Amino acid sequence: MPEIAEILKEIRPEFDFTQSQDFLADGMLDSFDLVTLVSDLDKAYAISISGLDIIPENFQNIAAIQTLLEKYRQT
Amino acid sequence: MNLLFSRRKISGLLAVLPAHERSFVEEMANFNFPPARSLKLKSVMGYDKHRLVDGPVCASDLACFGMEHLFASGKLSRDDCDALIVVTQSPDYLMPPTSSVIQGRLGLKHDMFCLDINQGCAGFLIGLFQAFFLLEQAAVRKVALINVDVISRRTSPRDRNSYPLIGDGASITIAERSADERPIHANLKMDGTRREALMIPAGGLRLPSRPETAVLEDDGENNFRSKDQLRMDGTAVFNFVQVEVPPMIRGLLETAQTQMEDVDYFLFHQPNRFMLEKLADQMKIPYEKMPSNVVEHYGNSSGVTIPIAIAHNLRQKLLTASIRACLAGFGVGLTWASMLLPLGPLDFCDLIQFP
Repeated sequence: MPEIAEILKEIRPEFDFTQSQDFLADGMLDSFDLVTLVSDLDKAYAISISGLDIIPENFQNIAAIQTLLEKYRQT
Repeated sequence: MNLLFSRRKISGLLAVLPAHERSFVEEMANFNFPPARSLKLKSVMGYDKHRLVDGPVCASDLACFGMEHLFASGKLSRDDCDALIVVTQSPDYLMPPTSSVIQGRLGLKHDMFCLDINQGCAGFLIGLFQAFFLLEQAAVRKVALINVDVISRRTSPRDRNSYPLIGDGASITIAERSADERPIHANLKMDGTRREALMIPAGGLRLPSRPETAVLEDDGENNFRSKDQLRMDGTAVFNFVQVEVPPMIRGLLETAQTQMEDVDYFLFHQPNRFMLEKLADQMKIPYEKMPSNVVEHYGNSSGVTIPIAIAHNLRQKLLTASIRACLAGFGVGLTWASMLLPLGPLDFCDLIQFP
């Protein structure tokens, strides 16, 4: 199973996602990258992230994404 | 707001699509993004082909072409319709109404009701409600509901946020009274405080079109559009749909005392595949019951997408069979509406090309 940082790197290879606390504010992801990221996470972790969870706060940084994924692992 | 109808039906449906098909791959060069990122988005969102008008084609051109096709093929007579409802956000003129333009061009009778409605992605439902209201009157026996948009003419080809997904098209839906007394449940909500999520800022009287409103501006995400063109806040629209649509559908089914499994098809407005699949997942609707393939074949033509989804996916079935359909539209306004109705057998259900 790929790490979150690897999935992010595949979407935007030019950035180091481990160095940012707010991917959107830092211009590393735009709204369409977010859609791509959700689709990639769904496939990688065999989940379907709810449309209600697709909000910028859940994808601000790696820790936020980990917290979100944890919720789906528990259900 | 809950609405209840009975003794009403859709008796026929025709979708009209511009013949010229454009491909996302060919248009990618217009967007200021690396091809790999655009291609990834293509697969997720379902961008592939879309139908756009060429040159100065107007809403009434598509509508009249479709109506003339129905007259020529004997599916409708020139004097059949007592009301003509046109739902569009891309009218021929600010005035007169496009419905009057169409009535005049087609040489329809004077003894009829012509009405324009400025609505978009919920426009098929809003138009259908209005058609069913008009059928309360004894003098109104048949209503032609025309949903039509040529929104490509007000969308920037350099806006990856909107251009790849939009489409032009028209549909003609015939509504009339029915002997079927089964209730048709519907509901509708509107929230004008969120009106700026989808808008064309200039061109009305609040901000008239001027040379400066035609200047392309960067939205900060490498999308370039002018104030004369469609602006869509994709994140706000996505959240609106995911938050508002599932409770609306649950409320509709609860009012109708109907289980989700008893609905044959969920025929929703077609914004893009990703948004529809997320809706289906949230509501636990099998994908095969909720078509999401209109954007990839034709693009999102706002109020026309539900008729296109019906004609593209269920044309043959609906000529002979009846289904229990849940329709839902959501978009500009913001507006969201749904209806649970028996659909079919239809007198006609076609998809034709313009010109």
